[in-house]
Amino acid sequence: MPSEATVTITVKLFASFRRGRFKEASRDYSAGARIADVIADLGIEPKDIGMIFVDGKHADPDRALRAGEALALFPLLGGG
Amino acid sequence: MVKIIRVNMTDRTVRVEPVPEAWLGLGGRALTSTIVAAEVPPTCHPLGPSNKLVFAPGLLSGTPAANSGRCSAGAKSPLTGGIKESNAGGTASRFLARLGIHALIIEGKPSGEGWFGLRINNNGAVLEEETETIGKGNFAVLEALNRRWGEEIGVITLGPPGEHMMAIANISVKDPDGKLRSFGRGGLGAVMGSKRLKFIAVDDSEGSNVPLVDRKAFLAASQRFAKTLIDHPVSGQGLPTYGTAVLVNILNEIGGLPTRNFTSGQYADHDKISGETMHDTIVARGGEPTHNCSLGCQIQCSQVFPDKDGKYVTSGFEYETIWALGADCCINDLDVIAEADSIMDDLGVDSIETSVMFGVAMEAGVLPFGDGQGVLRLLREEIGKATPLGRILGGGTAAVGRAYGVTRVPVVKGQAIPAYDPRSVKGIGVTYATTTMGADHTAGYAVATNVLNVGGKVDPLKNEGQVELSRNLQIATAAIDSTGLCLFIAFPALDIPDCLASVIDMINARYGIKLTGDDVVALGKKTLKTERAFNLAAGIGPEQDRLPEFFELEKIAPHDVAWDMPTEELQSFWKGFGD
Repeated sequence: MPSEATVTITVKLFASFRRGRFKEASRDYSAGARIADVIADLGIEPKDIGMIFVDGKHADPDRALRAGEALALFPLLGGG
Repeated sequence: MVKIIRVNMTDRTVRVEPVPEAWLGLGGRALTSTIVAAEVPPTCHPLGPSNKLVFAPGLLSGTPAANSGRCSAGAKSPLTGGIKESNAGGTASRFLARLGIHALIIEGKPSGEGWFGLRINNNGAVLEEETETIGKGNFAVLEALNRRWGEEIGVITLGPPGEHMMAIANISVKDPDGKLRSFGRGGLGAVMGSKRLKFIAVDDSEGSNVPLVDRKAFLAASQRFAKTLIDHPVSGQGLPTYGTAVLVNILNEIGGLPTRNFTSGQYADHDKISGETMHDTIVARGGEPTHNCSLGCQIQCSQVFPDKDGKYVTSGFEYETIWALGADCCINDLDVIAEADSIMDDLGVDSIETSVMFGVAMEAGVLPFGDGQGVLRLLREEIGKATPLGRILGGGTAAVGRAYGVTRVPVVKGQAIPAYDPRSVKGIGVTYATTTMGADHTAGYAVATNVLNVGGKVDPLKNEGQVELSRNLQIATAAIDSTGLCLFIAFPALDIPDCLASVIDMINARYGIKLTGDDVVALGKKTLKTERAFNLAAGIGPEQDRLPEFFELEKIAPHDVAWDMPTEELQSFWKGFGD
């Protein structure tokens, strides 16, 4: 249940990160939670992280999340 | 002993010549651009007798090196009016290399109405009059030549739009499955059509293994190279699993997926056309999500996409095609897009140019956005049959924009802009504007560093660092394009030092030479400077190194950004090449 001590964000997972997890979910985290905490909470190895976007812009793992933000996590991917 | 095969379509002669000393150390794009710059008058008409169509395998083609199956094709482009190199996977480079063909040059132009086919084998090449396959689509050409010369025959083929010299026409090549890969961009099919050459059949049955001066050193370097391809997550896992379409969701997330003729950076139905959805669909239908386009490819980014009944629809189902028909034309149905891809293979047209053209055609009101059936009909009934409307559409994106008075026309130097919006991926904007090739994403794939965190990080929403990034990538790409290696080795090459080191060791072991990393950079730079000089002489000056005006005037969602790189900064790109 959201309260002053939590932030609600949307978490979006892509490619192999979806396996055993989800595509998109609304999640509550304690206020001040960093992206790295979300990654750990999802059981994703930090070394497997390719790209982190918050609201469509690059973000660092030690950035704290704010209410209403959309966090997108991708493994290392490429193409042409 | 390597040789040059020179086919003169004016007097219908074939000459086999020794390779000039200056060309011996060149392959792929370095060779095609050198030959085009040396032998084609830059102001010639691209469909006239003075243009030349040059095919060249790469420096490592035909060797046991992984991912060495690319072949280059070059000419003056009827689409851009400048120099063009386009490369394809499939079987061509291996077959040509095994026959010792350093380059194949098609020159001149026949008088009269007849068409020709060229047949190459270990004895040389024979030009013959051709009737059976004329007017037929590429798949029918493959079938006919399989019947004529056996299923092992290699084939480079032209479809009907190429026969009609449409600027969207590509040149296609048979792949190991008997399907098609493409020398896609720049209208090279129109050049081949202007010379009335319907196909080039290549029989390598009496060819021999490519000589390796130091076989032991070569194989050792080759193993190190293959390991880097497996070790890097992009080439080792992402691409083989999801193919290039994995980029749909990435570009959509960062607001760089050009949507509805480049009016937004995000597409509401992105999930319906994503690489993840494509993968799941293929698996559910019993297709092949992992697949290679040429022998010896370790990355296997291709796939075989079946219909609901498990029947083959298309293979090599690329991000560019899915983006352009999906997001840019708003066709939210992978099955319709796959059918269009198959038709474009059969017709032999560039799936980027043709699909971006449809986006402009939709803006012009020729058909509604999202009208997938309309696209299929226009492909089959108008472009395929060279009706007057088909010829307008077949002229490409800029031609359609001009015919209908559209101002939102995403082209640079006449060639359609691919699947990354330059307003939110500024590094690729620099590449589009400055490359000699016209708007070409592969020429200097800044997306890797702007978005994918490969080869470092440069913020895609800022101008800082983009010119230098694009320059370094363009130089490296010109070098890789000369080796016959697939450009996707660039992902491990940008992050794992032993990748490029092992490539250089392979080249040295193959030829008994001692190239260094600096030599490879020098080769890339020299190739680009050769191309630039040709373009300047052709009348494509520095003022063409820019993006269309609408990118400056129109901001796109979600980041509300426009293209705002100062002209002097863009113009500094070529200054960084020194002398």
